[in-house]
Amino acid sequence: MRLIMNRVFIVFSTFAALVGLIFLGWILFTLFSKGLQGLSFDVFTKDLIEGGLRNVIVGQIMMSGIATLIGIPVGILAGIYLQEYGANSRSTEFLRDLSDVMMSAPSIVVGTFVYAIIVVPTGHTSGWAGVLALFILMVPIIVRTTDDMLNLVPIELREAGMAIGASKYHVTMNIVVRYAKAGILTGILLAFARVVGETAPLIYTSGSSEFWSTDLTGTFPSLTVSIYNLATMPDDQMVQLGWTGAFLLTTMVLIINLLGRYASNKKRSK
Amino acid sequence: MKNMMEVKDLTFTYSGASEPSLKAISLPVERNKVTALIGPSGCGKSTLLRGMNRIHDLYPGHRYEGAINLLNADQKAYTNILDIKKEAELIRLRQRVGMIFQKPTPFPMTIFENIAYGLRLSGVKKRTELQEVVEQSLRDAALWEEAKDRLGHDARGLSGGQQQRLCIARAIALKPEVILFDEPTSALDPISTLAIEEMISVLREQYSICIVTHNMQQAARISDYTGFMYLGEMIEFDQTDTIFMKPSQKQTEDYISGRFG
Repeated sequence: MRLIMNRVFIVFSTFAALVGLIFLGWILFTLFSKGLQGLSFDVFTKDLIEGGLRNVIVGQIMMSGIATLIGIPVGILAGIYLQEYGANSRSTEFLRDLSDVMMSAPSIVVGTFVYAIIVVPTGHTSGWAGVLALFILMVPIIVRTTDDMLNLVPIELREAGMAIGASKYHVTMNIVVRYAKAGILTGILLAFARVVGETAPLIYTSGSSEFWSTDLTGTFPSLTVSIYNLATMPDDQMVQLGWTGAFLLTTMVLIINLLGRYASNKKRSK
Repeated sequence: MKNMMEVKDLTFTYSGASEPSLKAISLPVERNKVTALIGPSGCGKSTLLRGMNRIHDLYPGHRYEGAINLLNADQKAYTNILDIKKEAELIRLRQRVGMIFQKPTPFPMTIFENIAYGLRLSGVKKRTELQEVVEQSLRDAALWEEAKDRLGHDARGLSGGQQQRLCIARAIALKPEVILFDEPTSALDPISTLAIEEMISVLREQYSICIVTHNMQQAARISDYTGFMYLGEMIEFDQTDTIFMKPSQKQTEDYISGRFG
């Protein structure tokens, strides 16, 4: 009887795993077959208005990149505070729980929030509003990964640092953070991968534009919002361009995720 | 002034604990001698050692009563290190009283930087001076021959025994007056253990040493004085030979002869 239960269990779990994999494969296959068709040199050299994706790709990376650049110091410093200076008080626990909640906050909520505080008062969508929405989304991720990674640093290492006469600041910056460097970097990459593929927080904030723009004070080109727009258009060519954009976005996120995995694996093998 | 350090009636209570972990402990650490602390797990020997450079202060809320006196640089009077309040003076204290831990703790830096780091913090800037001290420290820690060709490599690539010698080199680079060893060989293989023990008997010529060990043979081999602790009290303190051959307390004799602990 036990053996039968064992078999049944194996069959069921294998089946469940297969279902998951089939859908993943299906999605990737569809994306690749439809996306690759439209892939050409023009996609990278022409703006959306001329049937390419150059401006929206650059716009998406710019907004995610700036959000990351601002998010890194804020997130890392907050993570350091939680782990090294917060001393497990109740307020630290509260902040930690708050970051967890923020991490799973629906991105559309963040989008509408920024819409209310920036877009409505200024009267128009803008790149900065998009940057702010992405920033709000990614900071909790960086905070929590930094916090977790610092938590893995052996306590003996901190004591050893103190024992040779290093101050708390020096121990934290030169020893603890350096020890956790690879893990923190992984966290940053994963946070970037998370926000670079976001649509919901950008629809109401940056909007999207068909023209080349690097001016963040105005409506800003976004790849994800453009994919959303293109996919619902009646024109076949436009839909095709949407598929190509989706394909490029997936490839980009995939590569960043793999880089993140690679960085954390390298750390573990040390 | 033959004692480098003197613990006097030290009572220590961990944060949140109702009972003290150390009860009115007294212990002299004689200059250029090795003083060993033995006793069963939980007897307070590590707690005592960690009070002697106030590494306990990393965590708030612990309470000390009594005194831990350290001989001043002029060798004329003692300072009670429990009176130190300022962070800068605590840092200075830890440079004078170095510590080696049970698990090797190489910093995530190169071998060279591991040793140079403490020197830089204490204000040494000149490259040539750093190089000199790094080499001398590695020689004193019997690691120079193995490490001289890989000073620029990550220190975590060294073996456990080498890492522990690196930590000793790192401590002696700061020219401390006292070195505290907290079970320095319990995570090492017998050959590395032997290397560390030999080094301690050489280091004695320049430093005053206090070592916690749960290996009685080790205490008998390398120490001049031994203190036996049990349940937070110093049961007996005497010359190592006396402790092991003719202990005056029944509890010491029972522990030495392996009847408990």
